[in-house]
Amino acid sequence: MSAATAVPIREKTSATSFDVERIRKDFPILQTKVHGHPLVYLDNAATAQKPQAVIDALVRYYENENANIHRGVHYLSQLATEEFEKARALVRAFVNAARASEIIFTRGTTEALNLVAQTYGRANVSARDEVLITALEHHSNIVPWQLLCAEKGAKLQVVPISDAGEVLVEEYATLLGPKTKIVAIAHVSNALGTINPLEQMIAMAHERGAVVVVDGAQAVPHLKVDVQALGADFYAFSGHKMYGPTGIGALYGKQALLEAMPPWQGGGDMISSVTFKKTTYNKVPHKFEAGTPDMAGVAGLKAAIEYMNGIGIEKIAAHEHDLLEYATEVIGALPGVRLIGTAREKASVLSFVLEEAHPHDIGTILDQQGIAVRTGHHCAQPVMERFQIPATVRASFAVYNTKSEVDALARGIRKVREVFA
Amino acid sequence: MPELRDLYQEVILEHSKAPRNYKALAGANHKAEGYNPLCGDRFTVYLEMDGDRIREIGFQGAGCAISKASASMMTQSVKGKTKEEAEKIFHRFHELVTGHSHGDEAELGKLAVFSGVSEFPVRVKCATLAWHTLEAALEGKQEKVSTE
Repeated sequence: MSAATAVPIREKTSATSFDVERIRKDFPILQTKVHGHPLVYLDNAATAQKPQAVIDALVRYYENENANIHRGVHYLSQLATEEFEKARALVRAFVNAARASEIIFTRGTTEALNLVAQTYGRANVSARDEVLITALEHHSNIVPWQLLCAEKGAKLQVVPISDAGEVLVEEYATLLGPKTKIVAIAHVSNALGTINPLEQMIAMAHERGAVVVVDGAQAVPHLKVDVQALGADFYAFSGHKMYGPTGIGALYGKQALLEAMPPWQGGGDMISSVTFKKTTYNKVPHKFEAGTPDMAGVAGLKAAIEYMNGIGIEKIAAHEHDLLEYATEVIGALPGVRLIGTAREKASVLSFVLEEAHPHDIGTILDQQGIAVRTGHHCAQPVMERFQIPATVRASFAVYNTKSEVDALARGIRKVREVFA
Repeated sequence: MPELRDLYQEVILEHSKAPRNYKALAGANHKAEGYNPLCGDRFTVYLEMDGDRIREIGFQGAGCAISKASASMMTQSVKGKTKEEAEKIFHRFHELVTGHSHGDEAELGKLAVFSGVSEFPVRVKCATLAWHTLEAALEGKQEKVSTE
């Protein structure tokens, strides 16, 4: 009897251990007042705010650990190297890669995708081959492939999406052919919030012998990512969207692929020996990390992962899912609002248009009430074209957002309608 | 703190809902396209020039309330004016919306309602898009104008 009563109490404790007000205190910028109103920050898909732990990690790095890595025999250089490689091990665990050497630090998702296009792509895509992307990609998962295709005389193919903003899997199956060398897909759409059925799409690509590159920028802040379970060949993401600093991100690549790829940028750290006759390249991942990296950024990224792990990605995901459901209901029910992107599986993003007002006007009026949203095409112009709209208003949620902030957004939208009535 | 009503004045809202001279001109001998990649605003300005004088003007496109109202009121203010006169009005208008006015807004007539834009620097491009497009049409430039 006593055991039976103890169980629900434990469950209750774990259910209420997510305290959003306590989490908000970790983010100094959330105290900001904008035009006299408390900041309501709903532009997290553009960049997330940083907890004190991440800000402190940057300061601590420069105050206590700064020295160049992989170079010196002195104390600080060894310390910096150790911390850098510890961070790599943490990133490995964060996305469940098999080995730490499969994690390459980059400036962010964009640089990671360009790295794959310029090395794996150049070495493996020839004239008349095809690169397959989807209609919901961010510009950074379109343009690197366009550049590659233009250089090689290859063809860029695009899988269409439904009116709900879901990739049409039957069309994908048709477009996947013997000429498809690379499939490049977002895990989560930045403009619509759609979560793509990656496992299925990757398995289908592998059956046809194509390699799959995933743009994970909008996924890692919101979902538990397991690159091995997904079967991804490459997986790119940015630190700044997951509470880390700007200018740092990572590329996961399968060891065998990375080893076979030519290097990208040349310089220090990516070599084992250099003579004027011949240079031998370093082993992976260092082969792809030319020059002094952003060591402070890596320390910050490590702190961001530790911060997320401290809360638990499942709890973060559950909280954001609640918020998105609530916002979809509350905002979706407002007169004049049309939601753009109504996929069954979504994360964090609520994109919409309003009958009476252009997104840019909405953005200004919301800003006057301290509400930060993104307005525009979200670096996904083909998505806007697909829905025949010039732009949307995008509210995107993070771990520190609350239902009362969703209510503030709803009040803000009513205010827009008053102005334009 | 800037006031929303200073930006979204009644006249501006009214023009954005019912823009004047919103048409393509069949007899246009000058035409230009303007685009603001930041927000996707896109306008085409058509001119029927009689020598140096704007005999007829029309515009079409899509954009926010500020850009549309600005385009609409621009067509009214420059119709019948010479190229030089129209350029002078644009110059004054530009000073007004960027907060560099010299107290001579009276010359701008109804366009003075856009003075509130100067409190919202990110919206200056909205207010001037149609004007930049007009300038390009007057110059007879063929390439697309971009505010970026």
